[in-house]
Amino acid sequence: MIEAPIKEPRDLDGPDGVRVEVVSRQFGDVNALAGMSLRARPEEVVAVVGPSGCGKTTLLELICGLQQPDGGSIDAAPAALMPQRDLLLPWSSAIDNAGLALRARGVSRSAARAAAAPWLERFGLAGFEHARPAALSGGMRQRVSFLRTLLAGKPVLALDEPFAALDAITRAEMQGWLAHVLELEPRTVVLVTHDVEEAVVLADRVVVMSPRPGRAVAEIEVELPRPRRRTDQSLVALRERALEALGVTQ
Amino acid sequence: MRRVFRALPAVALLALLIGVWELYVDLKGADFSLTLPAPHQVASSLYNDRSLLWSNFLVTAKEVLLGILVAAAGGLGLAIAIHFSRTLRRAIYPLLVASQAVPVPIIAPVLAFWLGFGILPKLVVVALVSFFSIVVTTLAGLAAVDPDLIKLMRTFDATRLRTFRHVELPAALPGVFTGTRIAVAVAVIGAVFAEQSGGSSSGTPGLGFQILLSINQLLSARGVAAVVMLSVFAIALFGLITLAERLAVPWAYQSRGDRS
Repeated sequence: MIEAPIKEPRDLDGPDGVRVEVVSRQFGDVNALAGMSLRARPEEVVAVVGPSGCGKTTLLELICGLQQPDGGSIDAAPAALMPQRDLLLPWSSAIDNAGLALRARGVSRSAARAAAAPWLERFGLAGFEHARPAALSGGMRQRVSFLRTLLAGKPVLALDEPFAALDAITRAEMQGWLAHVLELEPRTVVLVTHDVEEAVVLADRVVVMSPRPGRAVAEIEVELPRPRRRTDQSLVALRERALEALGVTQ
Repeated sequence: MRRVFRALPAVALLALLIGVWELYVDLKGADFSLTLPAPHQVASSLYNDRSLLWSNFLVTAKEVLLGILVAAAGGLGLAIAIHFSRTLRRAIYPLLVASQAVPVPIIAPVLAFWLGFGILPKLVVVALVSFFSIVVTTLAGLAAVDPDLIKLMRTFDATRLRTFRHVELPAALPGVFTGTRIAVAVAVIGAVFAEQSGGSSSGTPGLGFQILLSINQLLSARGVAAVVMLSVFAIALFGLITLAERLAVPWAYQSRGDRS
């Protein structure tokens, strides 16, 4: 189904994972992270859930090398960030936005378009290649944004609440879509979200973080077959466990 | 039809102002009209002196247009340089502000000494008074680029130059246009002063110079006719730049309506 994989298949024990060891990070007097640890094996989808302001975005920026930790160590394969807001360039068409990571590496416009075109079609964006972001729906914009991250060709994808800004129906659709895409094009994914259901639907493992200063307080393996249904009893049970770890009691 | 209705308030206000002006001068008597001519005198001068006014208008219009083009290119270049270098920002910004305080009648004779009595010194004056607003608005555009977008480009391994080319430069372009629109009015005034204080060796010295001559010869209606032409020119130029902006940076308009 995928004719043109943009990366070579890899050894599962290869170096394409993420290892975060007791990392701490301060901003002035604020302790964003204290003793945060996390591991993502190659091609594993790890969801990170936690209350607002627990340092989830900081964690992703550390993994992407945009910040340096004050303590602890980070060993991560090259990672591309998908920011919370789509941050598409308003002056560029969907196809040029999708190919931005290639252009950033010096690939010519025509080559970047040629690389992005088949993906746009696969992502249900055929016919919108030359539309500017203002003309796209919220779900379409997130798909272009995800494609831009994917085409960066990095082994690790750092997704920062990718669907938080969408309405509930579109969000559910996009979660199903993302699960499907990752099945076709597996990557090591660190998915930050505050939506526990999103975490258990998408992830192989859910890491629950404490309020600030953030650290991992629970880890939940999601050993359910895909595609997953939100109403599935075992999935609902896992969701309850995650909520409990967050300190939310019904 | 709707456009006609939208223009109605402006036309009505203009007609009212001209009516009041006409009445005021008529009541003041003929002597006063040497100081402030009545609208009908201005209108007849516009017609009777049309060839003189038009040929001089072309000279001034050329000064303004070329001066603004130079200012836009120079303003963009300077804004980019300042954006890239903190040292340059500290060094140049105060001088930039100071340059705006230098009166044209001081600088114009110096420029005439260096560059002669042709179009060049006028063009320099127009560019000098215009480029400041362009630099400021372009810098604002460059500074308003979302820092998360810069971070994103870094995770894509973009060099500083590629980030500039793909993200910052396009974001700065609307600022160039905004600054140029602001500059239109001062550019026309700049051209007038440059002609008046720089002198000319040609038979068609420009409308600014003609205004000075008309006042000296007590032909005040002709002077005001020249001002009317310059005002209409400024409005047309403003509209032209707005149109160019819509064509060159259409996203800046689209997203304005879309923003929530």
